[in-house]
Amino acid sequence: MARQPEKKQDPETTGHEWDGIEELNNPLPRWWLWTFYATIIWGVGYTIAYPAWPMVSGATAGVLGFSTRAQVAEQISEVEARNAALETQLASADLTTISANGGELYNYAVQGGAAIFRTNCSQCHGSGAAGAKGYPNLLDDAWLWGGTIEDIQYTVTHGIRNEQSPDTRWSEMPAFGADGILSDEEIGEVVQYVLQISGQGHDAALAGAGETLFLDNCAACHGDEGLGDVYVGAPNLTDAIWLYGGDPVTLTETVTNARFGVMPAWSEEYRTAAGLTEAEINAVATYVHQLGGGE
Amino acid sequence: MATEDKNPMPKGATGLGDRPKRKSILDRHKILEKNATLLLACSLLVVTIGGAVEIAPLFYLENTIEEVDGVRPYSPLELAGRDIYVREGCYVCHSQMIRPMRDEVERYGHYSLAAESMYDHPFQWGSKRTGPDLARVGGRYSDEWHVDHLADPQLVVPESVMPKYRFLENRLIDGKYIEDSLLTHRAVGVPYTDEMLENAVADFRVQADPFGDHDGLLERYPNAQVRNFDGQPGISETDALIAYLQMLGTLVDFSTFIPDASR
Ligand code: HEC
Ligand code: HEC
Ligand code: HEC
Repeated sequence: MARQPEKKQDPETTGHEWDGIEELNNPLPRWWLWTFYATIIWGVGYTIAYPAWPMVSGATAGVLGFSTRAQVAEQISEVEARNAALETQLASADLTTISANGGELYNYAVQGGAAIFRTNCSQCHGSGAAGAKGYPNLLDDAWLWGGTIEDIQYTVTHGIRNEQSPDTRWSEMPAFGADGILSDEEIGEVVQYVLQISGQGHDAALAGAGETLFLDNCAACHGDEGLGDVYVGAPNLTDAIWLYGGDPVTLTETVTNARFGVMPAWSEEYRTAAGLTEAEINAVATYVHQLGGGE
Repeated sequence: MATEDKNPMPKGATGLGDRPKRKSILDRHKILEKNATLLLACSLLVVTIGGAVEIAPLFYLENTIEEVDGVRPYSPLELAGRDIYVREGCYVCHSQMIRPMRDEVERYGHYSLAAESMYDHPFQWGSKRTGPDLARVGGRYSDEWHVDHLADPQLVVPESVMPKYRFLENRLIDGKYIEDSLLTHRAVGVPYTDEMLENAVADFRVQADPFGDHDGLLERYPNAQVRNFDGQPGISETDALIAYLQMLGTLVDFSTFIPDASR
């Protein structure tokens, strides 16, 4: 159908004219105008309902009494209330029993623990908990500080060699080279001995001399047979599992300058702004324990 | 034109506002419209009033000012680290503002308080999170981790897209200008005392020296952490940056903090 353009009357002009070009005075579309008025009314209502107007000492609180802080507190307590039964059990229960019993509480701990691990632990221990140089693998059976669920829980709560918790796990291997306790030659010998007990290729003569040095200097922490000691976090040197490395160069570096692995304390007691609650620590300990290496 | 103008323009009229007779507010407005300078001055006045009404209350309203125990100005070494943070554009990928929402609080810790960035000039809230929020990164990692991570993030976090900042390790700094920096911050309202200014260089050095006498430092800047942050001799930019990162979000004791609901 053909258009009929000239049906409507020409609108009024505003009377403004420039070089013969006139400004038309079309009324605003009705829907637009009403929407505009509605937004003004909405705006006024909004400032009455929500915090808005500055007064002498504070702003008006709004009749709905809204505040962001109250809202987030409410959201958090809502979730807490939903999980309250499980959380209280988790915070107070004996972890070994939870693991042994299985069931809902155990599943809750493992699932929650996995999420906590990904958020807080994966940056050091790896997203699959396989570790990296200096950051122990949590999947295997080798434990520096013990692999029972209580040991793990203690390690996570207080961390290792940090300044945050007074009860942190602590020990310090001497820097045998840097502090002049052993000569370079002696370090060479003891390194050959460590290669021997870890079942790697070594120089038998040097390793023989190294054995005495090992018993005198190292056995106090690593044990006479080099099997390690979880009370001082001294690694087992006879397995093929290395925290820093088992090749001669790395071993020499370790014995010369020592190592001092640090892990932060995770309890909210020591990090009030961003620590983990007791239930969260128990959950992540349960998770780590069931990864494969738990004792 | 078909319609007849009820109020015809006089001959020689130039257009805008030249119609006689109708005296209204619009006619008076003409005066403004015809004087560019006056228009400019009056626009400025209107904008100023609007701005003042919006901004001024923030300086006196109780709900916008919250004094929180524990918040203190940055120690000289932390301040130097903060300058490096700003210089390197870390804020392009990292925010420092945990919003009051459940997901953020669960991931990063207690939501940020305005007071925690009251001595930041400029503040580092940011809006882009390519990497995680850093408002509470202090104490979350070991110094060794930060050293490794800054030098080569992919070494510790293989999935990371963060650039390498290994060069910071080799850039030694001596705090020569740190007093000026404190003074500048004082000029914009950070309460650095004369004593702090006098000891700025000494405080700067001693914070990275665990064997030094740091009683004065700890008195002036409570909870400052004293360590050789990068484990290397000398104070490098890495030292300063880690000193800054390790204090972020650690000053307020949230076991005693009671949030005021009206904020
Ligand atoms: C800053 C890096 C870092 C973070 C983050 C971290 N750890 Fe560790 N963790 C370490 C280091 C380093 C060690 C080994 C310390 C040593 O040398 O004795 C360790 C050791 C452990 C151990 C003891 C391993 C053993 O063989 O006895 C456990 C268990 C553990 N971490 C669990 C966790 C959990 C769970 C989290 C998260 C809540 C976590 N870690 C977060 C660095 C970290
Ligand atoms: C005071 C106790 C102590 C003494 C003595 C000691 N160590 Fe250690 N050693 C440790 C601890 C603790 C660690 C773990 C350090 C860490 O986790 O950061 C360790 C780690 C090691 C490692 C690294 C193992 C790995 O998995 O990478 C080697 C190798 C080692 N020691 C060899 C020796 C030798 C050789 C001697 C004697 C010359 C010795 N240690 C003496 C406590 C000791
Ligand atoms: C291109 C973006 C980008 C830039 C620029 C950047 N980062 Fe990152 N950052 C990331 C990403 C992505 C991660 C998460 C992965 C990781 O841990 O490396 C991250 C993680 C971090 C973390 C660990 C945070 C946590 O809670 O796990 C710290 C600390 C950090 N960056 C500090 C810095 C500093 C300091 C600078 C400036 C010198 C900087 N970043 C610059 C992207 C960036």
